Amino acid sequence: MAIVEARNISKKFAEVTAVEQINLTAEEGEFLVLLGPSGCGKTTLMRMIAGLEQPSAGRIVIGGRDVTDLPPRTRNIAMVFQSYALYPHMTVAGNIAFPLRARGTSKVETAERVTWAARMFDIERLLDRKPRQLSGGERQRVALARAVVRKPEVFLLDEPLSNLDAKLRHSARDELKQFQRNLGTTTLYVTHDQVEAMGLGDRIAVLNQGLVHQIGTPQQVYDRPADIFVATFIGSPPMNLVELDDVVLGFRPESFLPEEVHPAQDGRSRLPFRITRSEYLGADRLVYGVLEPPYPPTHVISKLPTNIRVEVNSGERHDFAVRLADLNRFDRASGRRLAEDGEAASATSDLT
Amino acid sequence: MIGLKDDETRLLPLMLAPAVSYIALLIGFPFVLSIAYSMTNISVGTTELKFVGLDNFISVVGSQTFWVALKNTCIITLVSQVFVVGLGNVLAGLLMADFTGKWWVRLLILLPWVAPISLGSIGWLWIFDSIYSVINWTARAIGLLGPFDWPIWLGQPDLAMASIIIVNVWRLLPLATVIILAGLSSIPQDIHDAAHVDGAGFWRHHFEITMPLVLPITLIAVLFGIVFTFTDMIVVFVLTRGGPYDTTQVLASWAFFTGIQGGDLAEGAAISLFLFPVLVAVAILFLGVARRTEVT
Ligand SMILES: Nc1ncnc2c1ncn2[C@@H]1O[C@H](COP(=O)(O)OP(=O)(O)OP(=O)(O)O)[C@@H](O)[C@H]1O
Ligand SMILES: [Mg+2]
Repeated sequence: MAIVEARNISKKFAEVTAVEQINLTAEEGEFLVLLGPSGCGKTTLMRMIAGLEQPSAGRIVIGGRDVTDLPPRTRNIAMVFQSYALYPHMTVAGNIAFPLRARGTSKVETAERVTWAARMFDIERLLDRKPRQLSGGERQRVALARAVVRKPEVFLLDEPLSNLDAKLRHSARDELKQFQRNLGTTTLYVTHDQVEAMGLGDRIAVLNQGLVHQIGTPQQVYDRPADIFVATFIGSPPMNLVELDDVVLGFRPESFLPEEVHPAQDGRSRLPFRITRSEYLGADRLVYGVLEPPYPPTHVISKLPTNIRVEVNSGERHDFAVRLADLNRFDRASGRRLAEDGEAASATSDLT
Repeated sequence: MIGLKDDETRLLPLMLAPAVSYIALLIGFPFVLSIAYSMTNISVGTTELKFVGLDNFISVVGSQTFWVALKNTCIITLVSQVFVVGLGNVLAGLLMADFTGKWWVRLLILLPWVAPISLGSIGWLWIFDSIYSVINWTARAIGLLGPFDWPIWLGQPDLAMASIIIVNVWRLLPLATVIILAGLSSIPQDIHDAAHVDGAGFWRHHFEITMPLVLPITLIAVLFGIVFTFTDMIVVFVLTRGGPYDTTQVLASWAFFTGIQGGDLAEGAAISLFLFPVLVAVAILFLGVARRTEVT
């Protein structure tokens, strides 16, 4: 168990800058999620922490020890790869035992630990199989077992669930969180799936194009996005943005509701809205439309729980409202969040 | 649309015909012919064919040279394969690294393979020449050979065998290297990364991860090498002609000298048929390995 720090880490490949000046700290026992679109440098950052890639600049510190120039095997980390990277010629037991044998653990202890890890992931009956004889979910468990078996200080997980189908992913996510809680091992988890990030992370670091845009709890990132990128990247459908002179106004579709049913009686802002069409999604309705004066004609979306039975018909004009507290303001030029009165500065800052 | 099925049934034999006739004419026919010859008394001057049963085989097995040739064939094949696989692994490993001019180095390494065996062997004939041997002169110049040491490469039985093995290694190394290289590059980088993170050092990584993963394809290279060395007569023919005193004779060259140069077609055919069981065994292994690699 250890604190993992990336200090001013940059990585340049021939032409691309994959990671730019990233500062990041995963606290002891924390589950930190790196979230960002494809190609934003998540894997590169993780590989640098693992020691598989040498940073162009900056230091990696694990448990107070500068490991930047040390090879992966001295860092006492475990990594689960997106492809699982199981050794195809070894049995499941051989795979799980490999990190132990590489450390010169005694035969007896190796056998004990393999059994312990296999039991933890409920794969004891698979121990004699080869990886190619396993399903995707089983492979993922083997990869996790191989990672935990040596009780590392840090787990690095690179999209470990992306190869699973939706249902399996849900239960796997649950188990993952459970076992991380039990072991209390500092964990960095890469994903581009925001639902996964919100569900798993103690904190989320949102990355784009090699830069950290925000680090915060799921709630901070969702409710108080640090800039327009975070606001639109997280949430589905994304946050509505309305440009007013040099300020951009942002509000979530689910806080944009018909005025008459709005739970907040005061401290809200009215936005006249012309509905163009609506979609029925079971639990919710998505209502698409255009804002009316005094607001510029911007396309926005409202997400209405189905139990709100207000009539909203295409072509009609309806007064909608947003609670003032749910309104986000961004600087139009820089895209950064504008600090509000009484809002802690730390929530808006992307530097931790 | 009508008649498409008919077309396909007619097309199938048509498409297979070239391959089938190629095998029948160039492999099947000579093979049947040599079985037939081996049981007659045919020679270059025969006018009247007589069936002699297994007499030719008995006389071959009874000859001293046969056992020498068989032993030599096996030694040359096995020893050269050991070197080919060892060096091929090292070379392929080096070529996996990224460096500028990699393409040219790979081309250079592949050259001995594309050059005709006879031309290459003639080049080596000069390298091993009793008077002009580059090896000897170089060794003397740098002081490895004393004033009275002067190995006659192709004239001393041991050295002649070594020379033949060296040329075979030189000739087969490129193919093996390229095959092993293909095997190495087919291992996903993630597997290597996982081994690094799991704490494997250089040797463990090499022997427990890389080697087992390229083993199936290395076997293919070995089987190719065995077939090529086992049936080859050109290297021996050019370098030593089986000499001195038949000490470097191999089955293929001895069959050639007996059957073609000596004119005893029947006995030559009988000798060459001794290659057959070995090649069948290799072919069966081949199929087994091919199937195994398919699964993984
Ligand atoms: N070895 C490399 N050589 C050159 N460019 C690279 C290399 N590895 C990554 N890159 C580039 O660096 C950028 C970040 O890549 P990275 O793999 O870290 O993205 P990612 O966030 O993990 O994306 P994904 O979600 O698709 O896995 C990309 O533009 C990629 O093309
Ligand atoms: Mg990635």
